[in-house]
Amino acid sequence: MLSLVVFLPVLTAVILVVVPRVSDRAARWAWLGIALIDLALLVGMWIGFDSPKPGALAYEERLQWMPSVGSSYHLGVDGLSLPLLTLTAVIFAACAVYALRENDRPRPQAALFLFLQSACLGVFAAQDLILFFVFFDLSLVGMYFVIAGWGHGNAARSALKFFLYTFLGSLALLLGFIGLYLGADPHTFDMVELARSAPFQDNPVAGGFVLAAILIGLAIKTPTFPFHTWLPPAHTDAPAIGSAVLAGVLLKMGTYGFVRIAMPLLPDAWRSWAWIIVVVGIVSVLYGALVALAQTDVKRMIAYTSVNHMGYIVLAVGAAGVVSNTSAQAQQLAVTGAVVQMVSHGLITSALFLLAGVLYERRQSYDLNAFGGLAAPAPRYAAFFATAAFASLGLPGFSGFIAEFQIFAGSIGTVPLSLLALPGILITAALFLLASQRLLTGKTRGLSTGFSDLNTTETLSIGSLLVLSVVIGVFPRFLLDVIEPAASVVVNLVGR
Amino acid sequence: MNVAVDTLTLLPEVCVLGGAIVALLAGSFLPRKHQLATRWIAILALMASAIAAAVGMAQPSTTIFEASFAVDVGASFGRIIIALATIFVIVLGIEELSGTRRESETYALLLLAALGAMLLSGASDLLILITGYLLTSIPLYALIGMSRSPGAAEAAMKTYLLGALLGIMMMLGVTVLFGVGGGTSYRQLGPALVDAPAAAVAVGVVAVLGGLMFKAGGVPGHFWIPDATQAAGTAVAAFLTTVPKVGALIAAYRLLDIIPASIDWPLLVGLLAAASMTLGNLAAFWQDDVRRLLGWSTVSQVGYLMLPVAVAGRSDLALPSLLLYLAGYAATNLTAFAVVAALPSRRTITDYRGAARTHPWLAGALIVSLLGLVGTPPTIVFIGKLTTLAAAWDGSLVWLVIIAVINSVASLFYYLRWLAPTFSRAVALPVSPSTSSPAAAAAPVRRRWAAGSAVTGAASVLVLGIVAGGILSIAGSPLAH
Repeated sequence: MLSLVVFLPVLTAVILVVVPRVSDRAARWAWLGIALIDLALLVGMWIGFDSPKPGALAYEERLQWMPSVGSSYHLGVDGLSLPLLTLTAVIFAACAVYALRENDRPRPQAALFLFLQSACLGVFAAQDLILFFVFFDLSLVGMYFVIAGWGHGNAARSALKFFLYTFLGSLALLLGFIGLYLGADPHTFDMVELARSAPFQDNPVAGGFVLAAILIGLAIKTPTFPFHTWLPPAHTDAPAIGSAVLAGVLLKMGTYGFVRIAMPLLPDAWRSWAWIIVVVGIVSVLYGALVALAQTDVKRMIAYTSVNHMGYIVLAVGAAGVVSNTSAQAQQLAVTGAVVQMVSHGLITSALFLLAGVLYERRQSYDLNAFGGLAAPAPRYAAFFATAAFASLGLPGFSGFIAEFQIFAGSIGTVPLSLLALPGILITAALFLLASQRLLTGKTRGLSTGFSDLNTTETLSIGSLLVLSVVIGVFPRFLLDVIEPAASVVVNLVGR
Repeated sequence: MNVAVDTLTLLPEVCVLGGAIVALLAGSFLPRKHQLATRWIAILALMASAIAAAVGMAQPSTTIFEASFAVDVGASFGRIIIALATIFVIVLGIEELSGTRRESETYALLLLAALGAMLLSGASDLLILITGYLLTSIPLYALIGMSRSPGAAEAAMKTYLLGALLGIMMMLGVTVLFGVGGGTSYRQLGPALVDAPAAAVAVGVVAVLGGLMFKAGGVPGHFWIPDATQAAGTAVAAFLTTVPKVGALIAAYRLLDIIPASIDWPLLVGLLAAASMTLGNLAAFWQDDVRRLLGWSTVSQVGYLMLPVAVAGRSDLALPSLLLYLAGYAATNLTAFAVVAALPSRRTITDYRGAARTHPWLAGALIVSLLGLVGTPPTIVFIGKLTTLAAAWDGSLVWLVIIAVINSVASLFYYLRWLAPTFSRAVALPVSPSTSSPAAAAAPVRRRWAAGSAVTGAASVLVLGIVAGGILSIAGSPLAH
């Protein structure tokens, strides 16, 4: 079942590439159809999901792959991966809807996005480090071709920078994986077995270096300060749906790596490095918010708010590793908040990037100052943008509020220093209000004149993302029920 | 010892030798328009060799002719990779070679050089090692010079001079090792060298390694590789960057496996590996000629391939990872050359602009092969890199692992320099001096064999990555001494 979910898109992609004379129209609809089927399968899995016992997995599949190096084809789902798998399917489906009207080589585009979807789903389903790495790297390859092939501006250069930088990160990750493999007895790449045996318990120096390699790899991907410099150019020059996938799904692979690999597999090292992680998180929160405040390019601004939002997650997972006596509940709250934030940021930021893409499609510009008074010619656009902005700054009633509230409640409970990150929320609020004001209010001027409102496909794709954010904000229980047991497992593993 | 049984064990080598002789004789008698018969003779001989080697793997590993030649997992992998790679070279060069004036001689020389590489991969005696070295080198000089251009003449001369120099060095080294070890077979040398003076052993090992590095195309014997790759015919270039490396690296592993720890040879080999990968990468950065770029890229690949050689016998993963990486490297590198062979009018990186539009299948094969050389999963070189890195780390050469990782990232840059124009939207037509008209460049591929082998090769690169587990467990048994 899980294999079907993961490989269905890429099989369709192969068919689209190999079968001659598939019309553009058929390719677009095939893409949308498969994305929806995949989403439906995942919703079905969610309904049938029963939180597995600690150390166990739901929908588990395991086949021999490379027994002599202790690596197997091992897929499985728990409360950490199921929300992200579903998020991936939602975002790709929204992108498929959004792209229904695009005319730039639809057939290879559909094939490429289907390929990318399989790679992303694979990352979140993999329970073997090598399998994880395979999908992780393939997602980079896919995203490189998305930016280089369908981007604009200085796309080739940005794509190259993206690929080189994140490839460096992935190889750092690989080094860490090899270290874990050699540190485990018997040698294995299996995440479940590694979590059980927790290598390097008696060798803190080696464990520290292995964690450092893994952290650098994940920090580049997330990205946190100071490894974020690839992100703004990649976003600015990527096509709208490419940005949505990059921010919505690919960035989550970094933060997912923290809770899936770094914390449970290297608990000792994580606890000793937790302070550094907390500090990196706080710096990312403040730095991302401040730099975003200074941007006039919408896409760069959203990109830097991603650094800010990812910073909250890093702060939370760092705080979960700080040793204290009576904090298990707070730590669990922080980790739950981190996972909710991954989902929430995915939904909201993808919506924002799609909205920015609409600006570029109509007017070939992302410059906030060139627009003004968009609310008059495009009321629906204005309503959506304002909603997404409020959701992103963490207003109650949206998913971002649930996430950030839990993160702060959990982190401040264990690490009072986390208070330092609170101004980040204020700055984000200010910058989104400022941006909405410049873009939407006042007299219609500049590029806003004659701006046509959102059409049906745009409304559907962006609207569905925002609706989901509201649903999570108002009825978070269905999500929290899945995440909380898994978060407590992670906290227990870190605390042992 | 039973000479008849031993000779039968050498059946894979005998097939290749027979094929070479028959191809040469038939080529002398056949009229030019029937020369293509020699191609099928060569391919049949190589197939027979590969099958014989595969069947032979079922036998327990052993040494023959008084322990001078090993028939074990290393030799078997060497034989199979070499035979299949040579078949691949002949097929990708069918259009390029057929009808040329020296077609049959080319096949005969390819077979002889392949035979030399097979000898290298099984040699467990220093004298056999020298024989293998000469048998691979001499046909190569002729093959490189065969395209009769000024560049090819220069490249052949360069190769010859370097080969002669390092060959003599190698013989010197063999003499020294014989002097201090009292024998030439590895079985004798292993225990004898433990008590021998370390300085003399070091001189001998360095000199022999120098010769093997010439064959492998690694630092310090790499100078001929870029010139020869650029100036020789594409099929010959594909051959000389693949097949001799297989023999030379297995030979180096086999030799170092018996060298005692009295000299710090892992450090020496590690330094050579680091130098190869770094220099190859730096030199490849700004190359515009795709064949020269591939030439330098093979120099850097030798660096990665030497990681397991540097920890020979010190990690359980060393030998399987070397053999797996060699198989994967051969498939991936040959696929890249097959793409080049299929698009003969495109010589520089800019010529490839828009090639994805006109030749989507070849462009796909190019992505798979170039990203494969970087080590992107799920290709076979990824598994090769993963296991070699793990082996080197396990053998406590962590510094070398980090250098290899940094080099992998750097190598991505020049492979992308080639891929980016291939997939760019603008279709620029070839402007190289030797090119045909724009219309011809946009026309569908006419080199069907080369294109077919490129696509087949790309598929095998992916399939081998998936079945890598099986290859690793087959390659897990130890060498015979």
